[in-house]
Amino acid sequence: MPAKRTPVRELLFGNLWEYDPAPETADPNIQSRYQLFINGSFRAPLTKKYFDSLSPRNAAKLSEIPIAGKSDVDLAYQAAEKAFSSWGKLPGKERGKYLYRIARLLQDRAREFAVAETLDGGKPIKEARDFDVPMAAAHFFYHAGWADKLEYVAPGRQVSPLGVIGQIIPWNFPLLMMAWKIAPALAMGNTVVIKPAETTSITALKFAQILLDAELPPGVVNIITGAGETGSLIVNHPTAAKIAFTGSTVVGKSIQRALAGSGKRLTLELGGKAANIIFEDAPIDQAVEGIINGIFFNQGHICCAGSRLLVQESIAKQVCQKLKQRLATLRTGDPLDKNTDIGAINSSEQLKRIEHLVQAGIDEGATIYQPACQLPKNGYYFPPTLFTDVSQSQRIAKEEIFGPVLSILTFRTPEEAIEKANNTPYGLSAGVWTDKGSRILKMSTELKAGVVWANTYNKFDPASPFGGYKESGFGREGGMQGLLDYATID
Amino acid sequence: MIRKSPATLRQLIQEVGTVDAIGIEERVSKYGTRSIKKQAKRAGLKLAISMVDLTTLEGKDTPGKVASLCQKAIRPHDDPELPTTAAVCVYPSMVKYAAACVRGTSVKVASVATAFPSGQLPLKLRLAEVRSAVDAGADEIDMVINRGAFLTGELAMVQDEIAAVRDCCGPCALKVILETSELETYDLIRAASRLAMQVLREGDFIKTSTGKTSSNATLGNNQVMLEAIRDHYFETGISIGMKPAGGIRTAKQALQFLVAVKETLGDAWLTPARYRFGASALLNDLLRQWVKETTGVYQASYTFSESSSAY
Repeated sequence: MPAKRTPVRELLFGNLWEYDPAPETADPNIQSRYQLFINGSFRAPLTKKYFDSLSPRNAAKLSEIPIAGKSDVDLAYQAAEKAFSSWGKLPGKERGKYLYRIARLLQDRAREFAVAETLDGGKPIKEARDFDVPMAAAHFFYHAGWADKLEYVAPGRQVSPLGVIGQIIPWNFPLLMMAWKIAPALAMGNTVVIKPAETTSITALKFAQILLDAELPPGVVNIITGAGETGSLIVNHPTAAKIAFTGSTVVGKSIQRALAGSGKRLTLELGGKAANIIFEDAPIDQAVEGIINGIFFNQGHICCAGSRLLVQESIAKQVCQKLKQRLATLRTGDPLDKNTDIGAINSSEQLKRIEHLVQAGIDEGATIYQPACQLPKNGYYFPPTLFTDVSQSQRIAKEEIFGPVLSILTFRTPEEAIEKANNTPYGLSAGVWTDKGSRILKMSTELKAGVVWANTYNKFDPASPFGGYKESGFGREGGMQGLLDYATID
Repeated sequence: MIRKSPATLRQLIQEVGTVDAIGIEERVSKYGTRSIKKQAKRAGLKLAISMVDLTTLEGKDTPGKVASLCQKAIRPHDDPELPTTAAVCVYPSMVKYAAACVRGTSVKVASVATAFPSGQLPLKLRLAEVRSAVDAGADEIDMVINRGAFLTGELAMVQDEIAAVRDCCGPCALKVILETSELETYDLIRAASRLAMQVLREGDFIKTSTGKTSSNATLGNNQVMLEAIRDHYFETGISIGMKPAGGIRTAKQALQFLVAVKETLGDAWLTPARYRFGASALLNDLLRQWVKETTGVYQASYTFSESSSAY
């Protein structure tokens, strides 16, 4: 036993045995300029305008992306409407064949797509490789399986497609969100006009080539690129039977306002400020791992990120100490390196927003902790960040930061945890960590969140519906529930 | 030095905290995705070689077999850049031959004792075995815990026996084998780790397995034990070493275990003084990979034997 004085006990995570750079070398096959994908062919935008797509990894230009104007969007909707007349009547089994083919082609080119996704969006290659691309393929496989079994989605009732769906997706999981949107819509017999986010259009346009290779009938999927104005053209187009949007709550609300009274259906998957709740009887080391995964996965660019940590007071000190130790071994840097855990922030705008909110946290009196780490000189990077001494009223506890920033709050009783967790306009996801099974059931009943993970975090499956409560939106994606959001039920 | 041990297994687990099996396995699966290339690979291979407790524990062991094993430990390969292994690990009856072979080198002699692998002998006889191994020239003693007593909740007995063996070791380092496959759950592995460490000295080890059961060292039980060592260090300031044993046959596996050490306990444990591999066939695969890194090509399959009988 050591003497009364308390010596400094620290673990040294140094470079005694350092990993060499291990860049992924597969060719992403990115063209210097892309075109719109309308009616089964690539065509220049009638606006004749393009914008530069930058890689957040080093702020270098990757490609030029077309800006679609009103006439382009009209063409896309016309093509989709025309295609719907035959695609919607095609036997489900035949539609399923196309979806299976798309899934397999995506698997075949998985490495190439993973590198392109990392270059375009900044996420670590290991996540693009092990999560985004395989999961995107899984969604096509899953919905391909449904295509010829639609009579069982709502037993005893008749489901039929809606028509042409306008879809707008965010920049955090470009390819995966595209799969989430396209696969169920097509399986049900709809056709789509889809717009990826402006900072991450490349994998969507690469995906158009897969649709061509799969010989998908022209017009079934039309891919339109551009910024917010293009998005509003898609939303307000009279041909759209439904709009499916994933993105910020602000934009979601404006879409809902625009669609009011139009008779168009709408599903929204919006922001979140999820509570990750750690009880004192939780398996602490695994909870710490889950907290890390919950907030630093994809640099925290994830609507269901566990950005509010609620720790029971009796173990708060211990959990914070272990979190800090764990942060010391996270590797922030070049997203193309296979050993990188935290990659680049998606855009300079997002980086500014994160910096702004972090400053607000400091100004409002929270205590910041960032591990020592060397960030690359070029590109957009932000170190993993913890805030302790956070209170419910501070901005960093209320607003969605959408970055690698964790706010740590404490609670004393389960009721207090529920009250704090639900005290937010959002309700997308939550996490509960406890060894007590009955408590998991109680919490998952009382937490107002679309997904509650128990003793794990950020787990997804095509069969599991995902979506929110309150200002996190409505409608579900994945599973039978997700399919029904693309159907009329008689 | 002995803390009052918890009265029941239930209390012990409560004190140590539980382990979520799915969480642990998810954590360790990420070690396998670390890309270890070029210089990092060479450094890792060298480090792993220096941590091997080159082991032969067979009924058919002879002084001749032990002598050739010692030669292999002292000079694993022609390349002068390579270190010796940390130790050779043998049965007590072979200790005197091993000690004679490695005298004057940096290779230590480790001896299993305490009625290895079952431990099913009266304590008096187990302690006598430890003393005879120490007297014959062993530098390190690998003991097994009394799993039967542990599982029935006789925790004080388990701990007292470990303390008694420790006292017989004198200056020899003690490695306490938990035999994880017989404890079965991560909760119990973590609890047993703590129980053992409470009576260990700085520089002693906890060890996964005997290598004599169907399931041996895994990244999962290695992780649980590393985390127990970390918590014990923060609580007491005492650094306990770790030795996974059995089932680690390839360089790739060994590097994954080292990644776990690097990312859980850090640089201070990346040394043979704190981390060992109980293995035999592993050494030749480390050498095979080393030569491949050096020359750029794999050697013929017969260059490095797969069987440690050919050492």
